[in-house]
Amino acid sequence: MEEVDVEPTTTPIPGFDSNQKHLGFVWGPGDILVYETIYKASGGSAGGCPFVHEVRKDEDIYSPILRKLFNESHHIFVGLQRIREDLPSKNKKPQFVSISKNYRSVIRACMEELQQVAVSTQDAAMATQYGNQVSILLAVELIWNLCEVLFIDAAPAGSLVLHLLDWVRLHKADVDEKAREVLASESPAEHQAYWDVVISYVLQGRMDEARQVLVKQAALQPAARVMFKLLDNLLMKMPIFNPGETQTLTEFDVKWRHWREEVDHCLQDQSFASNRHLEDICKILVGDEDVLLEYKELLSTWYHFLVTRLLFSHPTVKPTELHYYAQSSMHMFLDTRSVPEPLDSILLAAFEFDIHQVIKDCSIALNNWWFVGHLTDLLDHCKLLQSHNLHFGSNLREFLLLEYASGLFTHHSLWQLAVDYFDHCPEFGRVYLELQIERVPLDTERKALKVIRICEQRQMTEQVRSICKIMAKKALRNNRLGSALSWSIRAKDAAFATLISERFLQDYCAKGTFSDLDLIDNLGPAMLLSDRLTFLGKYREFHRLYGEKRFSDAAKLLLSLMTAKIAPHSFWMTLLTDALPLLEQKEVIFSADQTHELMFCLEELTSGKSVPTPDKPMQVLATVHTALRASLARVKQLFTLH
Amino acid sequence: MEGINAKYVSKKISKTRWRPVSSSSLQQPDIFATGSWDNEDNSISIWSIGENGVSSMDDEFEGDPQLLCEYKHNGDVLDLQFLDQDRIVTASSTGAVTIFRHHHNSQTLSVSKLWERAHHYPCNNAPCTGVVCNSPEIVTVGEDGRIMLFRADQEGVLRTIEKADSSAIHAVTFLRTTEILTVNSIGQLKLWDFRQPGNEPSQILSLTGDRVPLHCVDRHPNQQHIVATGGQDGMLCIWDVRQGNMPISLMEAHTSEMWEVHFHPSNPGHLFSCSEDGSLLHWETSSNTDTPSFLQGGRNTSIISRSAIAPAGGNQSLINAWLTGDSSKGHLETTHMLPSQMLSVNSLDVLGQCLVCGTDGEAIYVNRHVPI
Repeated sequence: MEEVDVEPTTTPIPGFDSNQKHLGFVWGPGDILVYETIYKASGGSAGGCPFVHEVRKDEDIYSPILRKLFNESHHIFVGLQRIREDLPSKNKKPQFVSISKNYRSVIRACMEELQQVAVSTQDAAMATQYGNQVSILLAVELIWNLCEVLFIDAAPAGSLVLHLLDWVRLHKADVDEKAREVLASESPAEHQAYWDVVISYVLQGRMDEARQVLVKQAALQPAARVMFKLLDNLLMKMPIFNPGETQTLTEFDVKWRHWREEVDHCLQDQSFASNRHLEDICKILVGDEDVLLEYKELLSTWYHFLVTRLLFSHPTVKPTELHYYAQSSMHMFLDTRSVPEPLDSILLAAFEFDIHQVIKDCSIALNNWWFVGHLTDLLDHCKLLQSHNLHFGSNLREFLLLEYASGLFTHHSLWQLAVDYFDHCPEFGRVYLELQIERVPLDTERKALKVIRICEQRQMTEQVRSICKIMAKKALRNNRLGSALSWSIRAKDAAFATLISERFLQDYCAKGTFSDLDLIDNLGPAMLLSDRLTFLGKYREFHRLYGEKRFSDAAKLLLSLMTAKIAPHSFWMTLLTDALPLLEQKEVIFSADQTHELMFCLEELTSGKSVPTPDKPMQVLATVHTALRASLARVKQLFTLH
Repeated sequence: MEGINAKYVSKKISKTRWRPVSSSSLQQPDIFATGSWDNEDNSISIWSIGENGVSSMDDEFEGDPQLLCEYKHNGDVLDLQFLDQDRIVTASSTGAVTIFRHHHNSQTLSVSKLWERAHHYPCNNAPCTGVVCNSPEIVTVGEDGRIMLFRADQEGVLRTIEKADSSAIHAVTFLRTTEILTVNSIGQLKLWDFRQPGNEPSQILSLTGDRVPLHCVDRHPNQQHIVATGGQDGMLCIWDVRQGNMPISLMEAHTSEMWEVHFHPSNPGHLFSCSEDGSLLHWETSSNTDTPSFLQGGRNTSIISRSAIAPAGGNQSLINAWLTGDSSKGHLETTHMLPSQMLSVNSLDVLGQCLVCGTDGEAIYVNRHVPI
């Protein structure tokens, strides 16, 4: 059993006093149902809380702005899964990097929108909530970006520091703001934040910008022109590794050491002694850690400190060496008494290239599986996760995606996105989907159609059947026989079609006429779905033929209904009664054979092989019998006459 | 697929409709309404795609749709139509029919009229699935198989056709001012004439063979007897309602349910359809003969060939091209208008050169340069 890394948070349930009663609970897919039990804690009173509370961990899926994140990332996710497997991994790296950037831009867009709303809202509580969400997204993007640099892009030594610099610059945007403020002022060089701006630029390795700002100061102090020129020169000559050029890492290293020596010379020569700021800059350029730490406020984070340190002391650092510098930077920067925040340990784990630790820490720190699910999936596509089977059989990627998608499924609207996630979980995805899809509430036919379509596309015939049955039963309850039939046809459910036909026939027996003629008259090939349905269609046809006075056709049809055993025995009485008017016609309709067959049917009916319907008295049977014999006599008469 | 960007709106969109522009002005539409579905709180929203007077230097700078106003809607919005410039009628899954009024000055919406149980079963509500207007008359249909006729300025129901259908009616369209056509879930098209009393349709058409539920219907803008339908199997059918029981042409369009089909209102040689499979198709008929363009649109019914089944030797009007589907004389081109891998496209509307559609991926797509 894993030990718990952080203190679990307590959530008070309103209206419940834990001293009085014991709490009962049951897990749901993304939440807990909590209720008060009858079990009293010792000495508690009898009164109770009649409510059941739903405690939800993840509020995010109900936030309208964050929902865009889920939708957009779903689109990217599906696109990622469809990248062809047959291309070799190294050709796919730029694609993966671009997908990673897509994810990040989605996060950023969401963050910006949240920021705008946080600023403009009147409600203080909402503003705090939005503010919290913004800071979580900031952290998430920071981590993702670092993972992209270290794992997906996997920059080698030389480029590594440059990428890390970009990473830091992206997440420390206030420098530009400050710079704008300073430069816009009347006398930039005398602005109180002036030197902060210059130093910040240097710390971020943005030498050109630093030089541009320095020029303002240089203009103010013509006497120190030489000094400024010297620093400007040093800043300009700082070698930056260019991966595109043919320069190798060693060549770059040599150049860099040369330059560093030059800077060191200037320091030793006391060239900048008269200006403390310039001297500090020079010391930063040689990577003097004490000076760097003096500017803690400008650096503001230990990872900024780390990257700056690397830039000025070890620009050719190898990925495998990163963790050593990361750890030492963190220790140097942070107060030894303060507890490292979750974000810090996650970043440290990233610098140590411990992907699993990163994922684990993120899972604990964040309240939904969105981030870890998508990141792990991307890393898995880059083949960076060892197939590390968890106790319950599936691998890490699949586990996280299943958790994420299950959480989505509880949402009244986002469940549709979850389907695609389940599709791409080869081991358990299908089972999860089968279980969850049946529980989507079906208020309208349109929604049912969409759910059925999802099931049909995945050959989940059981679920299709059961959903169609639910809809058919609903329709039947509302007396919508046509709708019910259309659902049975979709499910190819012969049993239900039989049920519906029985209803029609019952209606007919009760009222004497057919309801819903537009349906029965136009059954088409659907008639063949069930015997009873076929009978219904044919029986209606018989009535139509009779109405059109096509008596011989009607008679033939009637007979075939009985002899072909399509008619249910319970209906034979009715059929025979229907035969009466035909028998009593002036012209002879039934031939001798046909009459004999009818008599045979009548005998079968009266001999007790079938149950006579109680509302058709025996005298009707007698009437039919008589009519049949009369008809037979007339036929014989006809024969004898000819 | 330039000029088409997604706008994510945090609600699944069930219907999108352009606000009508007056036929005399040549302006492109700039306002559209959307209805949502499957949300805890559904709403109807009005959006604007910005000034069209400003000439855009670059397509990318054409702004995203901006939300003007929104109003809570009870139940899913199953259909939505503009009654006129200020009023919108919606059909709800609670069986209610609502008229909303859009106040341009304050950019707000308010409920102008509500018929709460327009569609119902004996014991509970039935979703109202379709609404069509010919101001001030409003016709609605629902899963209860009823057809209701309202007038926008009257409180009560003008006429009810009870038991119009034993299955759910999915869509309705006007053929003439007094005639409507409905499609249902057992694949039948029924014509109703309001001048006749009684509850019987004047005509019933259906495909022989499998009775595939039909979901959408649209009438040709100039030919009142030509309609297009789409259904569960994604096939596009063109019918001539004068011509008995068979569709004139059947074309394979989509791999799952077709939710909406629209003829372009001013260029009927173009047709648009959208489907559960996430695609939006633009159908274009073109003729190989040089038919002068004045045959498009207008009311030149005399030019239309009498035999609508097969093209007669000479006169190849574009309207005939629909009736022959993929014939060798006419030519039918289909283009996908949206990127692939999308969730269901539930609704589309096209007016002038602008197309708007909404998807289950909670996104709206607007294309201002539809090639017509």
